[in-house]
Amino acid sequence: MSFPLLTATAALPAVGAVATAAVPAARRTAAKWLALLVSLATLALAITVLVRFDPGGARYQLTESHAWIADFGVRYELGVDGIAVALIALTALLIPFIILAGWHDADPLETGSRRWRPTQGFFGLILAVEAMVVISFEATDVFLFYIFFEAMLIPMYFLIGGFGDRAHAQGEAAASTQRSYAAVKFLLYNLVGGLIMLAAVIGLYVVAGNFSLQEIVQARASGSLHMATSTERWLFLGFFFAFAVKAPLWPLHTWLPNAMQESTAPVAVLITAVVDKVGTFAMLRFCLQLFPEASKWATPAILVLSLISIVYGALLAVGQRDIKRLVAYASISHFGFIIMGIFAMTSQGQSGATLYMVNHGISTAALMLVAGFLISRRGSRLIADYGGVQKVAPVLAGTFLIGGLATLSLPGLAPFVSEFLVLVGTFSRYPVIGIIATFGIVLAALYTLVLYQRTMTGPVKPEVSAMPDLRARELVVVAPLIVLLIFLGVYPKPVTDIVNPAVKQTMSDVHKTDPKPSVEAAK
Amino acid sequence: MNPVNYLYLAALLFTIGATGVLIRRNAIVVFMCIELMLNACNLAFVTFSRMHGNLDGQIIAFFTMVVAAAEVVVGLAIIVSLFRTRHSASVDDASLMKL
Amino acid sequence: MENLIALLIAAPLLGAAVLLVGGRRLDRVGHWVGTLLSATSFVFGLILFVDLLGKNAEHRTLIKHLFTWVPVAGFQADVTFRLDQLSMTFVLLITGVGSLIHLYSVGYMEHDERRRRFFGYLNLFLAAMLLLVLADNYLLLYVGWEGVGLASYLLIGFWQHKPSAATAAKKAFLVNRVGDMGLSIAIMLMFTTFGGFAFGPVLSHATEASEGKLTAIGLMLLLAACGKSAQVPLQSWLGDAMEGPTPVSALIHAATMVTAGVYLIVRSGAIFNAAPDAQLAVTVVGAVTLLFGAIVGCAKDDIKKALAGSTMSQIGYMVLAAGLGPIGYVFAIMHLVTHGFFKAGLFLGAGSVMHGMNDEVDMRKYGGLRTYMPVTFITFGLGYLAIIGFPGLSGFFSKDKIIEAAFAKGGTEGWILGGAALLGAAITAFYMTRVMLMTFFGEKRWQPDENGNEPHPHESPRVMTIPMIVLAVGSVFGGAFFSIGDRFLHWLEPVTGHSEGHSPVGAWTVTGATMVCLLIGVGIAWAQYGRKPVPAVAPRGSLLTRAARRDLLQDDFNHVVLVRGGEHLTRSLVYVDHTLVDGVVNGTAAGFGGLSGRLRRLQNGFARSYAVSMFGGAALLVAATLLMRAV
Repeated sequence: MSFPLLTATAALPAVGAVATAAVPAARRTAAKWLALLVSLATLALAITVLVRFDPGGARYQLTESHAWIADFGVRYELGVDGIAVALIALTALLIPFIILAGWHDADPLETGSRRWRPTQGFFGLILAVEAMVVISFEATDVFLFYIFFEAMLIPMYFLIGGFGDRAHAQGEAAASTQRSYAAVKFLLYNLVGGLIMLAAVIGLYVVAGNFSLQEIVQARASGSLHMATSTERWLFLGFFFAFAVKAPLWPLHTWLPNAMQESTAPVAVLITAVVDKVGTFAMLRFCLQLFPEASKWATPAILVLSLISIVYGALLAVGQRDIKRLVAYASISHFGFIIMGIFAMTSQGQSGATLYMVNHGISTAALMLVAGFLISRRGSRLIADYGGVQKVAPVLAGTFLIGGLATLSLPGLAPFVSEFLVLVGTFSRYPVIGIIATFGIVLAALYTLVLYQRTMTGPVKPEVSAMPDLRARELVVVAPLIVLLIFLGVYPKPVTDIVNPAVKQTMSDVHKTDPKPSVEAAK
Repeated sequence: MNPVNYLYLAALLFTIGATGVLIRRNAIVVFMCIELMLNACNLAFVTFSRMHGNLDGQIIAFFTMVVAAAEVVVGLAIIVSLFRTRHSASVDDASLMKL
Repeated sequence: MENLIALLIAAPLLGAAVLLVGGRRLDRVGHWVGTLLSATSFVFGLILFVDLLGKNAEHRTLIKHLFTWVPVAGFQADVTFRLDQLSMTFVLLITGVGSLIHLYSVGYMEHDERRRRFFGYLNLFLAAMLLLVLADNYLLLYVGWEGVGLASYLLIGFWQHKPSAATAAKKAFLVNRVGDMGLSIAIMLMFTTFGGFAFGPVLSHATEASEGKLTAIGLMLLLAACGKSAQVPLQSWLGDAMEGPTPVSALIHAATMVTAGVYLIVRSGAIFNAAPDAQLAVTVVGAVTLLFGAIVGCAKDDIKKALAGSTMSQIGYMVLAAGLGPIGYVFAIMHLVTHGFFKAGLFLGAGSVMHGMNDEVDMRKYGGLRTYMPVTFITFGLGYLAIIGFPGLSGFFSKDKIIEAAFAKGGTEGWILGGAALLGAAITAFYMTRVMLMTFFGEKRWQPDENGNEPHPHESPRVMTIPMIVLAVGSVFGGAFFSIGDRFLHWLEPVTGHSEGHSPVGAWTVTGATMVCLLIGVGIAWAQYGRKPVPAVAPRGSLLTRAARRDLLQDDFNHVVLVRGGEHLTRSLVYVDHTLVDGVVNGTAAGFGGLSGRLRRLQNGFARSYAVSMFGGAALLVAATLLMRAV
């Protein structure tokens, strides 16, 4: 038996989480270094997965399969396709930056604090989330996936509810109330989604007799497993609802602004750049593969919802007064693009959507982490409290601008490629929806540039006049992300090469081919 | 004699017991009413046993007696300790277990 | 030789990277590094130009494939460059004028502590603009297209501490984004129509597509061109863009970037040729803008804004010519090049005046400057003569050809377009004479400012005057050089195609009419601003003047409809999101809370009431069982 690489990639951060949490109370710094080291080692493992993965090979590679709960046909089955590999790499890549960016976020306020070892807990929880996200990307058993899809909520709940920004306008008590509101809202939304999915998972078992993704897909393709149209639709809706909450899709989005606003910037990045990707990823892997006909049936409705997400998220971002809420609504708009790309059912749309997941992770991380550095300096999240930062902290302003430009999909930066692919993919099948979605690029420019103008330009406000520029640690966080944004904008081929075969498979699962260009079609 | 009459008697006893449980406040009386209901059930079991011609009902009746005996021990102990702490045997006085 | 094309872009890109990342240690040499790399690019351009000249007219296209950019099933985007006569013309204009303006900026920005960064942005602009004209497919062109938009954003807002500059920069980027939307939709349409968006396949198969599709593509490209080239209805950003440093206005907002729209239309000629409706729209936009810009230019007292109006109007001429099809493409580009010379020269002259006048821009506070700054006066004067079309200078040749071509379109359209172009020529003569008279002639009108500093007008240093002199030489001789023996026509024809229209009026008649218009325009201006002294405070003016001062009320329209409307929309959406979308969920939660609050009362702690519910439940079960059995 070969080395279980996929298990190791998920188990390492899990073990690291326990180890970090177990570091004695006095050795806070050691816990941070341990967490960073573990996350880097996980990154090394993820890169090994990336290297070992052969884009031209079988659909699922590096597979592992063991019996687990034999009575119910639940197996411990892992395997990755190109889409999963790309997202595992993204997750493993972002976690070290998140840890580094949050280096001081969980330091106890005063010595002898009553809270139990918060620092160790903070970094341990981040690693726990990483472990669960990674295994969700790897699982090819529906039940196994479901368990970690839900279990992820526990560490996330504590991360949102337990750790917030230092300074708060209304004092610590008010901050704590709002934090727990956000955390409970996050938990309830996702639990409701998860429970409906659980019903669908059980329903799937009743119909199919096992939980193995590959077996069910094969049985459906060969005709040995027949599913009534209405059954397929109900099961599809059950799965989709959970993923749409997680993604989040309008109108199930309102937990995200609260959660991102109240948590610290690194945790906000963890939510939107890492955890939410599981939702969109699962739409590609589970919804489309298990229920191809129902997916096609639901496509028009989902496209309209994602279109609403795009425009609505962008418009609301324009109207925000809080920096983090603004980024949250921008993310909602971007998730609209991702879901639109998935359900446009074209190769460009789905490759673009996968690429979008990766690029959105990097660009949001860049923007949000810099915003976090900014907020930690002034102690306020309100846009109106800033002004003229560019003059006193040019490097901070410059990196913030680049993060913003990536968010508005400037050509030359990574998100442009993916956004354009999604638009083209949608347009070639649904021209009207594609054109309306294009308005999103104007609105994206509006909210980004308004944010930049109000915070960074103009006369220097007295409160920010003594603001220090980016420190070495912060620069280490931001610079690689920016380099990646530029690199993937100029040369996205490494990612598309991995993703393309998987997308081709998914397209054939749903029995769809790309529309032909009209000149060729006329011949 | 028609065994069905025993069933009527059992139903009557049970109703008397149930009414007692619901309307009396004295814990001892409530307790005795519960015993009455148990014995009504025993009577019904024995009657059914006779009607169907097998021993299952009689065996269950023995079980019930054993359980009732155990219950009497625990129940009386609770009532006595209640009376000691509150100087009252009224069930309405012990109403602390609410939200 | 092909590799040189990549180096052409790489040189300024390297400059931008080094200057922007390098930090303060490069402050002392940064401007020279930027200028040097820009000049390097110009030298590469010259080498390539000589190489092209050595080839046959048909073989003057160099293609350089660098790497595959986005490979997705059915969607192939490559980083491929195409150097042909059209892009070569632009390369020389961009790098040539660009290098001169770099040199000028060394002097102009001398006292700015962020000069290094300024040169970094300028180099970034050059790289993006070169990418725009050298790209071999529309998607790569789009990268350059937005790249110049970014550089323009950074440079307009260079003095970010001024809120007006930051707002102007944002406005320019946003209006441009509306145009970019057109470009991206055009590319998507090309993809669904032709299966690709590289110039070769799209343009050579253009005739195979249906006319409806081609018209749609053409209109979307026109929208893109309107945004970038400040054409009506997306022209409002250009006036505000004058908040940027003057060299920026000269390079980006006069000579190069704003002409990108013309490039796009001429490059996509094959599509427009097959879509007459789209062509008509292009000519209408051009004609409207050339009058619009000219009228706005007449009313502005800010020298840069007057010139901005003029730029808008001159680009209107180019767009008009480009919309005329093969009879106009060559002349559009020719006017573009000569305009690049004289308008850049005029802006640099304006910058030189401001440099000597403590950054005063109000022409009513100038007057009689010709004796204080002779070199600026002469170079500005030559540029002035060129733009109004004084016989023998560049503008005369290039503009005259466009007016002729407009008449040659034939029919009623020809008369209307030609008439508009002639009227535009008269107004151009008027407003440029006004600028000239108010700035350099008459009495001096400047006064000490509130701090008591009186400006001491003086000639600018050599590093600034040399570029002005070079550009003035170009404005004088460029047109004649291009037109004698139809050199420019023969050079561009293989790419753009050319056909002679049938003009209902003779060429000399058109020239004569243009001259008459010119004289009328100059005469009126002389009567108003030459014979009488210019009031130092602007008179109230007629309704039209007041409207023109406010950019013909377009900004007011935008403000009321888009800005106010948008604010109300977003505000109400924020409210809706909070109360309705979130409210439904929170309401559900509150409903459960209320319900459980009620149900809680059932737990009253009385053992007997629990017993009642138990008996009740048991009785219900028995009843239900009996009922089920009965049914």
